[in-house]
Amino acid sequence: MYDIKAYFEAGDAEEAVRLLCAHPDACIIAGGSDVLVQIRDGKRKNAELVSIRGIEALRGISRTPDGTLRIGALTSFARLGKDPVILECIPPLAEAACQVGSPQIRNIGTLGGNICNASPTADTPPTLLAWDAQLELFGPEGTHCIPLQDFYLGSKAVAKKPEELLTAVLISAGAYRGFAGKMVKYAAREALDTSIVNCSVSVCLSEDGERIEKARAAFGGALGPFPARASTAEATVTGQRLNGQLPALFAEAFLQDIHPRDGWRASRALREQIAGELAKRMFLESVKRAGGVIHE
Amino acid sequence: MAVGKSEKRVDAYDKVTGKAQYTDDLCDSGAYVARVLHAAVAHGKVLSIDTSEAEKVEGVVKILTCFDLKEKHYYATPGHPWVADTKFRDIEDRLILTDMVRFYGDDIGAVVAENALAAARALDLIKVRYEEYPFVMDVQEAMKDGAPQLHSRYPGNVLEHTEIRDGDYATAAAEPGLVKVEGWYETQTMQHCHIENFICFAEMREQRIRLVTSTQVPHVVRRVVAQALGLDCGQIRVIKPYVGGGFGNKQDILYEPLCAWLCLQCGGHAVRLDVPREETFYCNRVRHAFRMHLVSWMRPDGSFAARKLELWSDQGAYASHGHAVAGAAIPAFRQLYPCADMEIDAWTVFTNKTVAGAMRGYGIPQITWAMECHMDDIAAALGMEPLEVRRRSLMPVGYWDPVSRKALNDDSFKQCLDRAMEITDYVQKRREYRNQTGNLRRGIGAAVFWFDTGVAPVVLETSSCRMTLNQDGSLQLQLGETEIGQGADTVFCQMAADTVGVPFDRVHILSFQDTDVSPFGTGAYASRQTHAAGFSIRRTGLQLKALILDRAEKLIRIPASNLDVRNGKIVRISDGFEMMDLGALAKDVLYNRTDSDHLSAESTSLINTSPYTLGCTIAEVEVDIALCKIKVLNLVNCHDAGVLINPALAEAQVHGGMSMGLGYGLSEKLLFDPKTGRPLNNNLLDYKLLTCADHPELKAEFVQNPEPFSAFGEKGLGETPVCAVAPAIRSAVLCATGVGLNEIPMDPQNLYDSFVKAGLIPRREGSACTI
Repeated sequence: MYDIKAYFEAGDAEEAVRLLCAHPDACIIAGGSDVLVQIRDGKRKNAELVSIRGIEALRGISRTPDGTLRIGALTSFARLGKDPVILECIPPLAEAACQVGSPQIRNIGTLGGNICNASPTADTPPTLLAWDAQLELFGPEGTHCIPLQDFYLGSKAVAKKPEELLTAVLISAGAYRGFAGKMVKYAAREALDTSIVNCSVSVCLSEDGERIEKARAAFGGALGPFPARASTAEATVTGQRLNGQLPALFAEAFLQDIHPRDGWRASRALREQIAGELAKRMFLESVKRAGGVIHE
Repeated sequence: MAVGKSEKRVDAYDKVTGKAQYTDDLCDSGAYVARVLHAAVAHGKVLSIDTSEAEKVEGVVKILTCFDLKEKHYYATPGHPWVADTKFRDIEDRLILTDMVRFYGDDIGAVVAENALAAARALDLIKVRYEEYPFVMDVQEAMKDGAPQLHSRYPGNVLEHTEIRDGDYATAAAEPGLVKVEGWYETQTMQHCHIENFICFAEMREQRIRLVTSTQVPHVVRRVVAQALGLDCGQIRVIKPYVGGGFGNKQDILYEPLCAWLCLQCGGHAVRLDVPREETFYCNRVRHAFRMHLVSWMRPDGSFAARKLELWSDQGAYASHGHAVAGAAIPAFRQLYPCADMEIDAWTVFTNKTVAGAMRGYGIPQITWAMECHMDDIAAALGMEPLEVRRRSLMPVGYWDPVSRKALNDDSFKQCLDRAMEITDYVQKRREYRNQTGNLRRGIGAAVFWFDTGVAPVVLETSSCRMTLNQDGSLQLQLGETEIGQGADTVFCQMAADTVGVPFDRVHILSFQDTDVSPFGTGAYASRQTHAAGFSIRRTGLQLKALILDRAEKLIRIPASNLDVRNGKIVRISDGFEMMDLGALAKDVLYNRTDSDHLSAESTSLINTSPYTLGCTIAEVEVDIALCKIKVLNLVNCHDAGVLINPALAEAQVHGGMSMGLGYGLSEKLLFDPKTGRPLNNNLLDYKLLTCADHPELKAEFVQNPEPFSAFGEKGLGETPVCAVAPAIRSAVLCATGVGLNEIPMDPQNLYDSFVKAGLIPRREGSACTI
């Protein structure tokens, strides 16, 4: 039995915000794959829930005239994983969505929930960060946008007020055109698991395919208190000619950006070993997907 | 003939369509809900329990604590037959509720409420004060002088110590020219993770307690609940419905006594106790973790001059199955590679941790891990092929064990190894996988297992069966042996059908054991049931058939010696002519005006045999060294389980055990916080039970050497599939990387630490590995 004190269904975003303002202790519930587990674990007693499940306008993937990808916050992982627009423009995001939990969880879990629940091991934020995602938030004062890079303030702390709603994730054409990338989720088992290491890389090559024009790298998976960009790694390879030393340099720099801790789930040394190895492999694969060639 | 055919499971349709009734399905929705109050310290005394705030929660019926237990009847929990001799009886060290806390999770109270939410809320509001004592989590630490003592009757925390001295080890080890091979091997704490959590409910009906429980051992439950409550066992009725798996956890009395007591405290009202998954992990039973030290003195030709084993079995806080598990491992060590000069010491030791009990394999997976890792280590030390060194010393055909008084008649090991090697292309692959370099490496390895069926002659082995003839010629079949998901009911029907001479679908088995009605049984464990029940089914079936033929003789006036029951017909043997339908005979018998009778038969078989059930596992792996990952490419088990009563179900048994072996070898481990004794990963996310996505295709092969000392030629099969999987994988990883891991699970952390030590991965600065 679930310790639920009150449950409200919102028909649209405005109603959701009104309900959240009227019930300051309430939390948003969409698919419920995080919130219901938290209630069952006793982490949310006397829960008040504002359900946004019925707000169809928040579901779906579209492309605006200027090429911006707009992903509704209520879009499920299952949908993300097979959407033709995502598969065309940002394949790693579909790959990330397909590695969440299990088919059942992917059917009900949402991109918005994955971002706002702010688990350090969440599966989509590293890839969203590596593709310069922006978040569209809607609240009592209207709509505003914030880069995902500025969204995580600390462990499980986000730059969203309780009465605000995440309505969409936006990725501009400039953020995805010309980029190719790879994400990897490393976990103890092949399904139904949270990551030990979770990271994502995207690169854009120069016209002649010989240089890294731009590189973006991000990590989650408990390599730091919250998902973040690996700026040292990015800086190390940006502008460099493709050469056999680059993957190792990238990996070494990546290790400087992460701060894993020792824990009973995994030691710091193990996380560093995996992160370093994966960074190297992801960089190589990203370059390959972008059409570049590295002679080792 | 039904035996030998892959008949469809008798419970298949009901289970797949959701009609099958498990304990929760049978419980009235008006029953009270009980939740257990568990101790939040690893060792200490409960000073007080303040329930005042909890009692105010709406929906709470009653809150009871250890201080409310007026009559203290100690009882033993293992699902074993009663032993009259107190020297060999199971240790009676449990109370329904205790104020003396011996592990984090010990049972100190219970909340009874009208619904689950009220019970959970009330639990949260109970305040407990403890006097805390120091606690000990490691077996060797627990044996040291000055270690915290768990039970006053067991100084040094040693539950039992077995010492065996065969021949003269010291002299034999001094033979010139010997190579000494020594290793320490360790297995982990593991939980069964059956899909149905333990659940029971109790209600007073007609002045007796009616208990419905998810158990493997209903008759034992009745005896122990009676003992715990100070009642006679006739005052208790236990019903075992369909069970969603047990694997040994439910071969223990878990919460039936508490549930029955709570029912009594609530005036006989129905009370349901359903253990949440998180509590199942640390408040039920776990597998005994073994630490093992093996020393072998080898001649250069690969034969043993002398052998030594030291074994420490981690019992946890209470006795449960106790030393029997280490005790089952000892014959495996003695017999698998016999050696005249041996020293064996086995200790079962108490620690302030979750209680260890029965788990599939019962000590054999643990000792097989050590023995088979050690054989590979011996092979490496001598420069011999691992299978060559095994074949030299494996128990030979004709081997006679003086303790169990039985001989090995079948060349099972050779046949099983040959078959498995052929299927996996073992020899060729071993050649191919030599001298690999690079990050991705492949390997192939093998391990053998030794196992006994049932518990004879160490413990009473008995089975009872009852059959009645229905007026349509179909049979009702009742046994004390329990269906817990393994398919027992189906093979019982097959054996009964063939014995009496009716078609398989004319045998109706009562799947639910009800101690008011069912013949006495000891339950599902030790891979005993098909073997033991085979005897009582055959004896009872033959008795029933004799009654039928006797009656047929009167009716048809042909001597019974020339009659048989075949396929539901009375048949004249001399020419095969069908004389009459069994249904017609049954109707006549029942309604006859001058000689009416109800045809039924019932008998008990005392079983003195315990067939060897031997075999092997071969595993092929690919190791990604830098990522510390093992991918199992191919996994083959080959079993000599005698005649297979139902090949499809036998295969399914093997698949399930192989899956458990994969988790045992690669990922599962229950962890405890060394600072508090609290379990860390008691949930299905953090306890890495493998998903279907983590499995390779599992291949089950069989070599069918009929067992002469069984009713249908069968040997046991329930537990053996799990025994050799982990060491076979270790052998394959050793082949691939040159690194032999001595501890399981071989998870990424373990692989990382081992590869760093072996120089395959560069060492990093910072802390070493975790718990």
